[in-house]
Amino acid sequence: MLRWMLGGREAQGAVEKNTVLFIGEEQPKNCYTELQVLKGHFDIVRFLVQIDDFRFASAGDDGLVLVWNAQTGERLQELRGHSQQITAMTAYDWEAGDSAHAALITASSDRTLSLWDPETGNRVQTVSDLQSSAKCLLVLDRLDFWISGGNELCVWDRDFRLLCKTDHHSDAGITAVVELPKNCIAAAMDKEIVIYRLSVSSSKSDTSVAEMRRLRDHQDSIRALIVVNDQTFASGSHVGELIVWDSLDWTIQAYERILWEEPRPEGQAEIRLSSQKQSEMSIQHLASDGECVVAAVGSGLYLYNVLTRSVVAYRKAAHDSNILHTMLLPDGQLVSCSEDGSVRMWELQDLPLTAEPASAGFFGMWTFGRSGKQASQQVKKAPEVPGLHTLELTGDLIGHSGAVQMFVNFVDLGLVTCSTDQLIIVWKNGERESRFRSLSLFHKLEMNQGL
Amino acid sequence: MSVDYQASFVGHPPGCGYPKLNFVEDSKVVLGDSKEGAFAYVHHLTLYDLEARGFVRPFCMAYISADERKIMQQFLELSSEFSKASECLKTGNRKAFANELENKLKDLEYTRSVLHKETELQKKSNGCFSAQAIEKANELANVEKSIYEHKDLLKQITSYPNRKIKDPEFLPYESDNPVDSTDLNQESTFSEFNAENQSEGHSIKRRPSYTPQFIKAKSAKCFDKRLKTLEELCDLYFFHQTMDQLRLIEKSFRGDLCYIYTSQIDQALLKQQKITNFLFEDSEWEEEAEHQFCNGKQTMDNNLPPASILSGEPLSLDSYTSCVETVPIKLEPETDEDGIHGTELTESSPCDLLQDNTDDGIDAEMKGSLSSGESIEVLGTEKSFKTQGPTVNSNSVANLQPPYPEVVRSRIVTRRAYSEDSIEILSTCESIVPEDLRPSYPSAIYEEELPAENCTDVVHNPDKLDECIYESGTNLQVESSFCIGNEDHTYKESSPELAQECCANGVMKEEPQSGLQGDPTLQVDFSLDQAAFPDASPAGLPLDELNPNCLSEDISRMNFDDLSDSTSFMSTSTSSDGTYSPFLYGNPITVKHKKKAGQSALRFIRQYPFAQQAIFCLLSGRALVVLGADEGTVRKLVNALSIYVPKLGKHGESVKQWLSSPFQLTDLQNWKLIGLHRVASPAGSSMLHSLNRYSRYISILDIDQKTLRCPPYKGSVIGQMADHRTQIKRGSTYFLHVQSLQTQLSSKAFLYTFCHHLHLPISVDEDQDAVASRRTNFLHHHLGYSEDDCRIVQFLSELIKHHCLHGPGMGVTLPVFRFNYTTSFLYKI
Repeated sequence: MLRWMLGGREAQGAVEKNTVLFIGEEQPKNCYTELQVLKGHFDIVRFLVQIDDFRFASAGDDGLVLVWNAQTGERLQELRGHSQQITAMTAYDWEAGDSAHAALITASSDRTLSLWDPETGNRVQTVSDLQSSAKCLLVLDRLDFWISGGNELCVWDRDFRLLCKTDHHSDAGITAVVELPKNCIAAAMDKEIVIYRLSVSSSKSDTSVAEMRRLRDHQDSIRALIVVNDQTFASGSHVGELIVWDSLDWTIQAYERILWEEPRPEGQAEIRLSSQKQSEMSIQHLASDGECVVAAVGSGLYLYNVLTRSVVAYRKAAHDSNILHTMLLPDGQLVSCSEDGSVRMWELQDLPLTAEPASAGFFGMWTFGRSGKQASQQVKKAPEVPGLHTLELTGDLIGHSGAVQMFVNFVDLGLVTCSTDQLIIVWKNGERESRFRSLSLFHKLEMNQGL
Repeated sequence: MSVDYQASFVGHPPGCGYPKLNFVEDSKVVLGDSKEGAFAYVHHLTLYDLEARGFVRPFCMAYISADERKIMQQFLELSSEFSKASECLKTGNRKAFANELENKLKDLEYTRSVLHKETELQKKSNGCFSAQAIEKANELANVEKSIYEHKDLLKQITSYPNRKIKDPEFLPYESDNPVDSTDLNQESTFSEFNAENQSEGHSIKRRPSYTPQFIKAKSAKCFDKRLKTLEELCDLYFFHQTMDQLRLIEKSFRGDLCYIYTSQIDQALLKQQKITNFLFEDSEWEEEAEHQFCNGKQTMDNNLPPASILSGEPLSLDSYTSCVETVPIKLEPETDEDGIHGTELTESSPCDLLQDNTDDGIDAEMKGSLSSGESIEVLGTEKSFKTQGPTVNSNSVANLQPPYPEVVRSRIVTRRAYSEDSIEILSTCESIVPEDLRPSYPSAIYEEELPAENCTDVVHNPDKLDECIYESGTNLQVESSFCIGNEDHTYKESSPELAQECCANGVMKEEPQSGLQGDPTLQVDFSLDQAAFPDASPAGLPLDELNPNCLSEDISRMNFDDLSDSTSFMSTSTSSDGTYSPFLYGNPITVKHKKKAGQSALRFIRQYPFAQQAIFCLLSGRALVVLGADEGTVRKLVNALSIYVPKLGKHGESVKQWLSSPFQLTDLQNWKLIGLHRVASPAGSSMLHSLNRYSRYISILDIDQKTLRCPPYKGSVIGQMADHRTQIKRGSTYFLHVQSLQTQLSSKAFLYTFCHHLHLPISVDEDQDAVASRRTNFLHHHLGYSEDDCRIVQFLSELIKHHCLHGPGMGVTLPVFRFNYTTSFLYKI
């Protein structure tokens, strides 16, 4: 039994058969050669929020909010107060006079909302006895408001005064909120996206919120909602629908139904199709850099260019299990983390001529306008899209022993991941760290006047 | 001792008759009897005893060795160490003496009050001028006088430190042990005790149990009284401190002169390398243990023996030869015994001062009876440290007696003697068996882990030898069987002449000097000149060919025997395999442990062709998991490999000897060497899962299947460290060999870390890439390291940086966990 494991090269071959992707141990493009494990949580760590250039906060099911220094790995503050798991967390910055304030807003299952000062660790404000616990938080910097979304949408000002709220939504409640131009807000509620408009008067107390429109184009519950750029926002549903919306008139700009299919022998087609689990197509996460949207579809990745309305790249089996979080980096880099406990880094590369995209698994894709939605699904377009790229795995980060829930990228300091295994890992660029240490060493020598 | 205690009453105004305490300096003497072959450094001191004549009793501590040069050339060190011990003893004695005086005063006060009452009674009943009344009155007057005298004495003794502090050479005894010193504080420190009169009240409080006794004018004859033992003369705390100090002295001067020099140089050089010491040296904690010694040595000539000492000429022989002549002590084995018994039996000391003063006749009698010269107690023989007291072990005496040839003839005899009595005669040059001086000599494989009791068996019992030979693989068998045949032969060949030659032909003198010459490269001021780089000898330069390494090897081997006390021999011999349980968690790892591990390490590199790869993993910071089903074997191998682990930690924190649960990523952050239990159960599968999951961070050495899964190694540094055809036969030798290479590596890493321009741009317009290329250039061309060797240096450099920035504490800042993405290969035997 141990033989395969210790089997060196042969062993890798064996693993490669199981999972489509295995990069191996040679990863020259992977710059994360140093890691630091941060312990402190007692339950699943679900949220990471960057506070400033070097600090971040983590929160999870233990109700604890911890503030860390990403550079040193030092735990700066421990924010205690929530009795149940944290359901949402966001950073809240504002300018007061000359100084910039950074604060954290957290929402918990205990139906409280809290404002924390990460500097002192004090709970500055708190609201309890909410009708429902907030699932999402959104800070509207422009208006200096913030919004919590639970079963209803509440608008708050900086001093935790409730300005206005919407009616109670009986079922699932609001799962995601994004800010749209013209004081509008899009909120995802089960299969619908509701557009609200805030009417702000000179005195803040007169602020009111009104429902503008309900967008009912998704066939299943919406899992992800993001702003792509000023003109567009995007949503993804449980059955793999990716819809790109116009931010101003709330119309559909593009509708993509992503469906992973196994390359299969002809005879077994139906059986396979029926056995396909819906969750494998669920869009768990969307991320965008203003031009492209990356969708985490099941255990696959799907990169869509909003401007050209075309698929840029895709990979069906990017991970062994569902992808939970993705991020687009400049230079065509992409990072994803998954329930399989790994973080993978991808690079967009031009498709080699010889390699058929089908080799990585057949990709079924239908591109419709809203009108063409009912068109027959039998039409299988070979993905001959010009400019199709391939996502090449450039490295993976293995360290967590549970699902990696989320990550935050500090450009210089490295990548911070949090996981079900209660750990937070800071992945660092070893060379940069080494350089940094040399620098501080020589600095110290200078201070001490030599050794 | 040529101090005239009879003249102890000088100094006070004539006629007042107050006794005066002598504050006599210690005298240091070298005694020798070349015919018997015994030499001694003798340190004479005086302790105060209220019952002694002149209140002074002479004592001496001695360091006895068969090697005259050792005594002569280490004279300054010996004298400084013994002075410290003596100072400690005397401090304790003053405290005890003051106590005794106080008690005596209380007795006298009580006596006076009783006498006073009686006198009054007599006066009333018999009238003022009755004979009895006059007698009582005289008695009372005597007591009064006595009280004055004792008060004066107390004043003298308590004012002593104040007087002495003005003396620049005075070293007040200070406890080096913080725990003890708190203890001491509770007891009120001695100076406090002396400085204030209120301390009297203090001491009374401390000893409330003392009930004053009536002192009879004509007490029993003092001859009947037993002499006070050393414990009684000295405050118990200080007494134990002194004994510890003496024990430490004995320990630190074990080994022959050459070894002592080497270790002194070693210590001195190590102290200059504070930055990199933590990597492979364990001086940091050794320093703590030998703190007192370092202090003493630092005062002398920067810790290095002066050149004149090296050349064999004592610095100033005249300064103490005169003392030698004046003392008519014959150092015969019997003197020890007789000295003490004799003192007890014959020396008469005044047991009662009252009597002393009242009865002139007795006083005069005692003056005559004093036998000053012969009554010196010897408490400094090594044996008597342990069995302090009147009982003298005749073994120590007996061991002085064997004439040279017997000692030289076979090492076995001497070794046995080491472990039992640790008499210095045995660690002289003559006990070096000549073949040891040549490392390439195909001498026998010595199993140094064998207990002293079994040493004799090595030669005669081939089974024992075979056992270890088979363990080290079949390819060795031919060689080792040849060794068995050779063994007797070599013993016969060894002769005292050869040994003498070895010592005299200058090898020994060269060794310390070569250390001195090598000094500049080790110094902290590295010039950033290009010219400086060639000085740091390039890789591949065989250090062992330049240095007379062979000598140091032998010294180490020999002193391995010295250093390891008999108890440790016993403990290892009782466990099933010799190298088992070298270090336990919580106990500091010492060189001794590492030297023992050296033997297993040597076996490892002979047995496994992929030893280099395994060592590379350890040196480059990749965790190595030793996987096996048998705990003993795994532990043994982990111990063996621990000598390669950089920054092992004081207690071996970087090593987990035995783990039977799956490890986590955080464990890899702390442990660089893990012994893992292979279990064939569900628990085992989760363990395998973690092994598989973290396979990129670890290398796996499977000792059941004899495979190693790790990245390849293509460098040259480890080749020197783990040559499976090595000629080195002994574990301790091998350990030193490894350590010398490790030291080379850490010096390179030091250079690499602290070269300013390798890490920072020289000019403003230089970017990071230019600096990086300069860095690579430095590693590859100046240091001449290949890619893999660079990785070692870089890892060590990171450790140095982290150490410098965050200090030695492990828990304060999180350790850095670095790794590389490289492919692993599977190596098989």
